[in-house]
Amino acid sequence: MKEFLNKIIKENPVFVLLLGMCPTLATSTSVSNAIGMGLSATAVLICSNIVISALRKAIPGKIRIASYIVIIASFVTIVEMVLHAFVPALYKSLGLFIPLIVVNCIILGRAEAYASKNGVVKSAVDGLAMGLGFTLALSILATVREILGAGTFLGYHIFGQGFQPATMLIMAPGGFIVLGIVLGIINVITQRKGGKNNG
Amino acid sequence: MAEIFSLIITAILIENVVLVKFMGICPFIGVSKKTDTALGMGMAVTFVIAISSALTYLAQTYILDKLGLGYLQTITFILIIASLVQLVEMAIQKLSPALYSSLGIYLPLITTNCAVLGVAILNIQKEFNLIFSVIYGTSVALGFTLAIFLFAGVRERLETSSIPKWMEGFPIALVTAGLLAMTFLGFQGLSL
Repeated sequence: MKEFLNKIIKENPVFVLLLGMCPTLATSTSVSNAIGMGLSATAVLICSNIVISALRKAIPGKIRIASYIVIIASFVTIVEMVLHAFVPALYKSLGLFIPLIVVNCIILGRAEAYASKNGVVKSAVDGLAMGLGFTLALSILATVREILGAGTFLGYHIFGQGFQPATMLIMAPGGFIVLGIVLGIINVITQRKGGKNNG
Repeated sequence: MAEIFSLIITAILIENVVLVKFMGICPFIGVSKKTDTALGMGMAVTFVIAISSALTYLAQTYILDKLGLGYLQTITFILIIASLVQLVEMAIQKLSPALYSSLGIYLPLITTNCAVLGVAILNIQKEFNLIFSVIYGTSVALGFTLAIFLFAGVRERLETSSIPKWMEGFPIALVTAGLLAMTFLGFQGLSL
């Protein structure tokens, strides 16, 4: 359990390891997009981790990356079809970034660094933890961007009529700037904690 | 002709792949510490995207569409890209060791550059023909090169300036990228 929380917070794929930047910036324009993308990636991550760890002794070392990519791409295709069938609105707003889950470095990274060395159950838990960490990071960014950039949260207006949202934040530059500032704030927090531990 | 010109300008400036469309951020942040490595990465990406645009287009029209296997698009494209990157790496190593020593280290990274897969899918979505696919792919890649080169130039300057300790490293780099993206927003007004 402690390891699980550690993976979500201390080894957060986005804020600490800086993996999966493209979907992070592109889909954190609204909270619902962020959660949709986060959960889709989590589903792919858990399934690919399970299959890769189950096959870890059967996959020859030299073509392992290619095999991982085929396994990941198959699950991404399944997720794409499921989203298309059941949540067409989300499918439309995530658009190109659903097939691009294939090249999300978090998924290939976990396959190579964890699932190829550990058992099925442990790998599934690892996939869940990493996926939730990704979802959490996306949701934090999206909350800031949606509230300040559009004046809404999950689509509900939270400010009065007079509120003028800073639209820039939900556009491309806002993504970079908000992520930069959030990383800076995380630096401040970890430095403070480090200081306390040393003192 | 005018159509091709507007396609190129749109892909490079108005819809810059990194700064407007958020594709290829990983190499954009990862290999942008020096201008010459950034240029090397840009060249390698341009090379791969140009070839993969043609190959994925041919695979989609002559294999997937003919056989009604549209749902295998993602898997097919990523396999084409991964094997292409591998082949290009081996070919360059054999044919031009000088080019290999400058581009070699970036080539394996290109497989997971989402701009490559993104362009391949966009070509199909926009219903381009073969020539337009290659032109669009090349222009997108040139846009990537432009963005990563400019960003590397700024980051070289950042090295020597004094930055608050909590913003050092990635945070300030991301804010810089944000400012760069803001300047590219200016091109949105351009209509072709």
